Order: sequence, then C-alpha cells, then structure tokens
Amino acid sequence: MERTILGEQQSLIKTTGLTKTFLASKRGLLESLSRKPASYVRAVDRVQLEIGKREILALVGESGSGKTTLGLLLCTLENPTLGDIYFDGEKVQKSNLKKARRKIQMVFQNPTDSLDPRMNVRSIIMEGLQKFPGDKEKKQRQFEDSMKAVGLDPMEFGQRRPRDLSGGQKQRVAIARAIASNPEFIVLDEPTSALDASIQAQVLNLLVGLHDKYGFTYLLITHNIAVARFISDRVAVMYAGRLVEVGSTDEIMTAPKHPYTQALLKSVPTLETKELQPPTGETPSLLNPPSGCRYHPRCPYAMEICKTTDPELSRVENSLVACWLYPAPRVVSSMSSSEK
Amino acid sequence: MLLEVKGLCVNYRTERGLVRALNGVNLSIGEKESVALVGESGSGKSTLGISIVRLLPANATYASGDILLNGKSVITMNDQEVRAIRGSIVFMVFQDPLNSLNPVKKVGDQVMEALRIKGKREGTARETDPKEVVEAFKDVRIPDPHVILQRYPHELSGGQIQRVIIAMGLLMKPKLLIADEPTSAVDVTLQAQILKLLNDLKEEYGLSVLFITHDISVAYNIADRIAVMYAGNLVELGPTEAVIKSSLHPYTKGLISCIPSGRRNNGLLNTIPGNPPSLVHPPSGCKYHPRCPYVMNVCTTKDPELTSYENSQVACWLYSTQSKT
Repeated sequence: MERTILGEQQSLIKTTGLTKTFLASKRGLLESLSRKPASYVRAVDRVQLEIGKREILALVGESGSGKTTLGLLLCTLENPTLGDIYFDGEKVQKSNLKKARRKIQMVFQNPTDSLDPRMNVRSIIMEGLQKFPGDKEKKQRQFEDSMKAVGLDPMEFGQRRPRDLSGGQKQRVAIARAIASNPEFIVLDEPTSALDASIQAQVLNLLVGLHDKYGFTYLLITHNIAVARFISDRVAVMYAGRLVEVGSTDEIMTAPKHPYTQALLKSVPTLETKELQPPTGETPSLLNPPSGCRYHPRCPYAMEICKTTDPELSRVENSLVACWLYPAPRVVSSMSSSEK
Repeated sequence: MLLEVKGLCVNYRTERGLVRALNGVNLSIGEKESVALVGESGSGKSTLGISIVRLLPANATYASGDILLNGKSVITMNDQEVRAIRGSIVFMVFQDPLNSLNPVKKVGDQVMEALRIKGKREGTARETDPKEVVEAFKDVRIPDPHVILQRYPHELSGGQIQRVIIAMGLLMKPKLLIADEPTSAVDVTLQAQILKLLNDLKEEYGLSVLFITHDISVAYNIADRIAVMYAGNLVELGPTEAVIKSSLHPYTKGLISCIPSGRRNNGLLNTIPGNPPSLVHPPSGCKYHPRCPYVMNVCTTKDPELTSYENSQVACWLYSTQSKT
C-alpha cells in the first residue's frame, strides 16, 4: 500500500469530485420560455478531500469561498450536484442515507439562531434523539451524560430556555445536542466566532477535551487562522469553491506553499508582528469566476498557464497544492490512483 | 487635546432596570494620535463612541461627566452645533457598512452630497466636481473609481462600501475618525487592507483615530495607545507595546492569554472563568473581582480608580498606592 497523505490512518470521510452548484436567480415562467440559459453559482467545485478517523481537519477560507456549503454537503444536508461522498468506506446514497446520518452531527455558528427559543434545554437535546433507538430511560441518560460532558449540570439547566443562558452556555448546549447521539463525525461551522475572546477559549478547550475523550472526528470550519492552528491536525484552504492547499497544520502554518495561503497568513493581525501584507484585490464573484486558476488575478506569481488552465491538487513534499508554481507529478486525489 | 472625555457616565433605561453602560470614563486623544478601545461585547466601548458624536438612543442619558471636542463641550451643544461638528471635526464609521449608505442612490451621488454640505459650510456653495470624488476614491485605493461611482451600494462588496464611506468622511477633512469595528464584517484579507489604509491615511491627512474593536490583535496593529474596557470602566490605558507586552490589569492579561497562539498538543488555552457581569446588577467593588485570580478583600468592596503606574494607567488594587480603607 502506497503511503497516502493520511499515512497509515484510515479515512472516515472521502469525497471525489464533489461539486455543488446553485441557481443564481429564480427562474420564472418568462425566463424559461425565453430559453435564456440559467446562470449557476459553483459554490463547491470538484473537491477531493479525505478526513481520517479521529482527525481534526480545519477548513479555512474567506466568506463566499464555499466552506460552509462543503460542510453542509459532508453533513448530507445538501445533495451534491456532482461527485460522491464516502462515509467509512461506503458511498453515501439514498439507500444508506439514514444510516450515515446517524453518525454525523453539526454545530452552527450562532447558537441563538440554532436553538429553538420556545423549547427548554432538555427538549432541545431530546428532540435530536427521537429518531434513534432506545427507551426513555436510555435517552434521559444520554441527555444527562451529554450535558455533563459539556460542563452543564442537567438538573440546573434542563428546564431553562435559551434566553436564560449566556452565549457560551448556549454554544455548550448546541454541542451537547450534537454529541448526545454519540456520532463519529461532527461538522463545526465557526463554532466560536459569535463568542467573546474569553468565552471562545473555554469552548475551544471543551472541543479539544471531547475529542480526546470520545474520539470524535471534526471538520472545523473557520476563518480564524489562530483557532485553526490551535485545534487542527491538518488544514484545508479553500478559495472561490476550490481547495487550493491541504497539509499538516505545522506545514501550512510555517511553510505555506500556495500563494493564496501565504497571503492569507500575512493578513492575520497577531500580537507578534505588526507587518500586515494583504493581497491586493478582492475575492472573485462565483457567478463569473476567473478563467484558469481562480487566484491568478490577485497572484503576484501569475504566469500564462494560470490564466488558461485550472491546476489540480498535486503532491508537493508532504502537502497537496493546486498551483502551477509546483510542477509535481499529478495525482487525482490524496489517495493515489494506483491504490484503487 | 483634541478629545477629552472626563468622568463620563452614561445610563440606559431598560425594562430590566437602569443599565450603567459607562462609569466615569476618562480618556483623551491628542492630534494625529490613534487610540484603540478594546473590550468584550457589552463593555461599553460602542456607547463611548456614539456618546462622542451624540448619537445615543432616546433611552440613554448623560448622567455626569463631560466630553470636550476641540475644547467645546459636546453634551451642552444645541442640535445645530452638533451637526456642525459631525463631519468637520469628527467622523464616525460603523460596523455594518451596508446600513450606512442609502440603498437607492448611486454611491457617487452620495459622496457628492458630502461635498455639497462641505461647500455650504465653507460658504463656497458651488457645483460639485466628480473629479474630486474620483480623487477621494483613489485615496482609499478603490480600483476603477469611475465605474464604482456609478454603482448602487448593493453592487459593491463589503470592503468596497467601507472604503466609500471612509472616502466620504475624508472629503469632509475631519480631525477625529471614530471607527466602530469597521473590519468585523469583512474578511481577513480585506481587514488587513483596511487597517493598512487607515494607518496610511493617518499620516496623509493628519488624522486622529479612535478605533473600537473586540480584537486585541487588531488593536496592536493599528494604535499608538490601547484602552481596555470592562463593564463600563477603563481598566488599563497605556502605550500599545506596554499594554500588550507588559500588561498590568489581570483582565488585560487574561484577555491576551485567551488568544490561541500555539497548538493544542502544547496544552489547553488559558481561560477567564465565568461570564462578563450584568450591568443592571454589577458586582460590588471592582467589577472584575468575581473572575479575578488575584482577588483581595478590598476588591470586593471598593472600586479602584484609574491611576498612573510606570508608563501606563491601571485601575487595580494590586498596583494602587491609594488608601485601601
């Protein structure tokens, strides 16, 4: 077996050519009759990604880069337009969708929006368990265990409503709801960006503790580089719907290869340096993405080929990079094709 | 001093009771100086910002203290005088740029309006020249200014709108720019572009800046001095390097240590236990004492004043020579 990017580790999630397009504007009767071609937004474009068992993968990118859509696809909350998702080696399709979903949970950015204001904490968590097997007592136990795991007393907080909780406590409830059914894979979509700095640290520590104790696999979606560096084993960088670089967190943070990753890291204000070197220009429209490599209009190293041909992810040292600067042997995905 | 805030107290009347949003805040900003006001949500930093331009909502009152802009009290001004200082002396940029522009007018026309008002004030009412707007757009690094000025706000990105607003402000040639979380709604690469722009403009236009942010790393990158707020009080104020590299107040130290800087394998993050306090029923004494690892008896009964310590000012009994009885 050839060494893959994950080493000997087994993958839990794998995607091949995952693509999601959305209709850019509603088509009424007139538009349909006029036979004007519909315009589509490619939110996620041909994404090849693997997440290992018990791994924490951080997905970073700017707004509109498609990271939330990719998260929803991996949660099976959106259906891919093209491409496949494999969960634990099995292709996810209609016949086994329910089975896969029992192992997948999601935590959203803003707990005030993701918790029903009219339900108390106990019913919020119990509602998620309805579709799972087990009697009342087992579910009550699951509720109590998950509350204790996130550091909330089930007796004290069970009857409270979201409005009686602070921001940090609400996000703890959202996490308790996600872990109550004992999933394998949890998508965390900006779980701390609505929280203050002092509360963010508490929630990040909690997520690390839960990972170490229960062995969850996380996909953590974030625009915060410091959060990604702290929590993840590997980082995937997304730009305008495409993955541009995937590698170990140390590798990406210390020696980023893609010019966009480099620019992104130099844009983050830190307490160590005052030298910000942001890239020029803005993130492109997904309606009319640039030809070739989508980053070429902002890239200081743009060459002729960048304007015409979109580079695929290929192995550069220990990372995967989609950039013409690195003329490396092409591989289709992180798993080399010889292995299939 | 361009701006002097002296012992400012501001209260909000709410259903839950009186919210003491500001509790005797003292802060001054000199010419061509940039000060960052840092604090968590609910600490009163935005209230301080809008107090200075007198945009407090109807349920808020100035309870005591004073705000002097160019030596004149903002609080006692009549409406006409307040309108005259907005734009010409102080200009404010808000967090959500989309709410700051009129959605049914082209951005060029809206910027032109600012120019017309300026002309009226200077008594030189005249035809406005789009060339001036183009120049201003170039100053804030808007690409293709001729195209952008014919656009409506919804056709621009968040970063472009924030720049249009800054351009509009600069045309009025204010002395003080108050920026309330101007980069929280934009992406990190755009945030870096705007921070750089504000730093450059400070030099080019000789501006003073009051930069309100919850992100202490952003403050470090933009400010000459940093003021840290907690529950309506300034708890630390000093030169940027001093506040970040040798912080005094336990809250400042806590805030800095909360920022993830390493990897999880090297240990968990430091946290500040508990939650920010309610401003309706704030804790007695120092408002930070229920969360403070160094709490002493005096902290629970008496609120410390902001006093000088080395190059900074700090409100904490750990450093105080004040009588503790």
